[in-house]
Amino acid sequence: MSTPHRTPTPSPSNPTPDQQRANSDVRLSVEQASYVYAPNPSQAPLFTLEALSFQAKPGEIVAILGPNASGKSTLLKLISGALQPLSGRIFLNGFATHDLPPQIRAQRIAFVQQESRLLFPSRVWEFVLQGRHAHGHGLRFVTEEDMAVANNALTQVGASHLADRWMDKISGGEKQRVILARALAQQPLLLLLDEPTLHLDIGAQVDLLESLRRLAAENRYTVIIVTHELNLTGEYADQVVLLQKGKCLRVGTPASVFQRDLLEHVFQAPLTVEMTSSGRPRVTLFNKQ
Amino acid sequence: MRPLTLGRLFLRCGILAVVLFVVVVMALKLGAVQVSLYGLGRDLIRVLLHQSSGISTDYGMIVVDIRLPRILLAIVVGASLSVAGTSFQALLRNPLADPYVLGISSGGAVGAIIALMLENQLSFSPEFAGLITPFGAFLGAAITIAAVYFLGRREGQIDSTTLLLGGVITASFLNAIIMFLMSSLAGSNLRGGATYWMMGSLSTLPSKSLLYLLGIGFLVAAGAIYTTSSDLNLLLAGEKEAMHLGVDVRRVQILVYLAASILTGLAVSVSGAIGYVGLLVPHAMRMIFGSDHRMLLPAAALGGAIALVIADTIARTVVAPSELQVGAVTALVGAPFFIYLLRRRLA
Repeated sequence: MSTPHRTPTPSPSNPTPDQQRANSDVRLSVEQASYVYAPNPSQAPLFTLEALSFQAKPGEIVAILGPNASGKSTLLKLISGALQPLSGRIFLNGFATHDLPPQIRAQRIAFVQQESRLLFPSRVWEFVLQGRHAHGHGLRFVTEEDMAVANNALTQVGASHLADRWMDKISGGEKQRVILARALAQQPLLLLLDEPTLHLDIGAQVDLLESLRRLAAENRYTVIIVTHELNLTGEYADQVVLLQKGKCLRVGTPASVFQRDLLEHVFQAPLTVEMTSSGRPRVTLFNKQ
Repeated sequence: MRPLTLGRLFLRCGILAVVLFVVVVMALKLGAVQVSLYGLGRDLIRVLLHQSSGISTDYGMIVVDIRLPRILLAIVVGASLSVAGTSFQALLRNPLADPYVLGISSGGAVGAIIALMLENQLSFSPEFAGLITPFGAFLGAAITIAAVYFLGRREGQIDSTTLLLGGVITASFLNAIIMFLMSSLAGSNLRGGATYWMMGSLSTLPSKSLLYLLGIGFLVAAGAIYTTSSDLNLLLAGEKEAMHLGVDVRRVQILVYLAASILTGLAVSVSGAIGYVGLLVPHAMRMIFGSDHRMLLPAAALGGAIALVIADTIARTVVAPSELQVGAVTALVGAPFFIYLLRRRLA
């Protein structure tokens, strides 16, 4: 597979106009990317993510969907640049994500992990300012711009009233919003979320996805979200990448991916799929008997 | 919202520096031989004006040639241990980490005891013999630093859990060697020296060049750590998270590990393993100034210096003209203080 921006690989500091024009509508391009976990090269691999491709535009929400151990998190780590693909490439605006230096990468990609551990407690505003690290140098004394961006990020997730609270004294849902605010403070192009709804109740889950949809539309983020929540995916995703045991089974709109026999096969559970009036699929699970 | 500014950083460090100065003046005054503040000031000004010849009194000699070098040694050793402890707590993401947790002091002790034995076997000229033990200790510490580094790597990168386990195991292995060496010294007059060294002490007067070497080593290593202080703030949340926020984790970890180990090695090679300073002072400073390393590292340096000068002054005055071991003083004062901080945090 050959694409115009593949050779020569552009240097991070100097993108050529051609490449920017070629990718004006595609921001993230995953091209035949694969990965293998093996204790050492001579042994059989523990897990293989087979080569897969998809593309995402600014403002789009892509859900990586699949049961446990399907390779969802591995794919997200590949996109984030933390892992290097065994074969294929992953481009963000024409740059291979793994080849970006850490600081440049953090200016373009924000990664919201499942949980953020704290050894020593910090205030919410201090935590959000961590997102400005990639935009600073040296001792990184806080600038007025940093303050403005951090405040704006807190406002965008509806958490400005929490600014002076301690991170370990707020609820799980509030914490998730603050972690999202820190990611927004990075002013990224690409927002990656690894099972962000895991510890949230259903109300907080809907809140979070509503915010993501609004933010993706307003700030033109490309949002990639790893989840196994079928109905949230059906309702909020623009594109679904369906994985099972390291294989990509289908990429497409929720309506095209949410087929009863396909989902029953992937999730090993009897279910029905119906379309709502908004054209979104809705999944109902029922008892195996 | 009150983010740290350069002005506030300087103000707080300035206050700590004034406290350190007052403590140093008191430490110069107190001791087996009483010195008046007036005489002290007069003699210090003479030293600064290079008119040491004008100091004829025994008091002056005691203050300038005996107490001052010892206080300077306490300042450098206290600051080194405290900065190293702060760095290891961040690097290992473990609040119980101290400069000795990775076995550097045990490696230094093995080196020092072997050096003591060699020194006894071979006859060196006196001025050279004084350097044998510090050199052996530093060599032992350096070998341990390298060994633990290679044990603590996973996939070409330092892994904090692997490093901690590798260091703890190395320490217990080296402690077994120390036991063995000590039992082989039973009945020998070297045993006292070895014990003294392992407890930690500032009573061996450093030469001027050794003090310079320590001071420069401290400034270089602590300065290198300080350049990564905003990265260390993020590293506390975990290696992966720091990486996604833009920290060059591999570079920061190697730099901080090496610099903090060298600080520990330098301190241990001149004063033995003085306990608690490197564990307690970082926590005390965190309670007072918060856990932002841009503030915490200089506060720990100054706080460590203050704490060790005070501890050493207590050690040499309480039972004057005899001396307590400074390691015993830091442990006696430090342990209850640490328990107090711990309970306060849990409450």
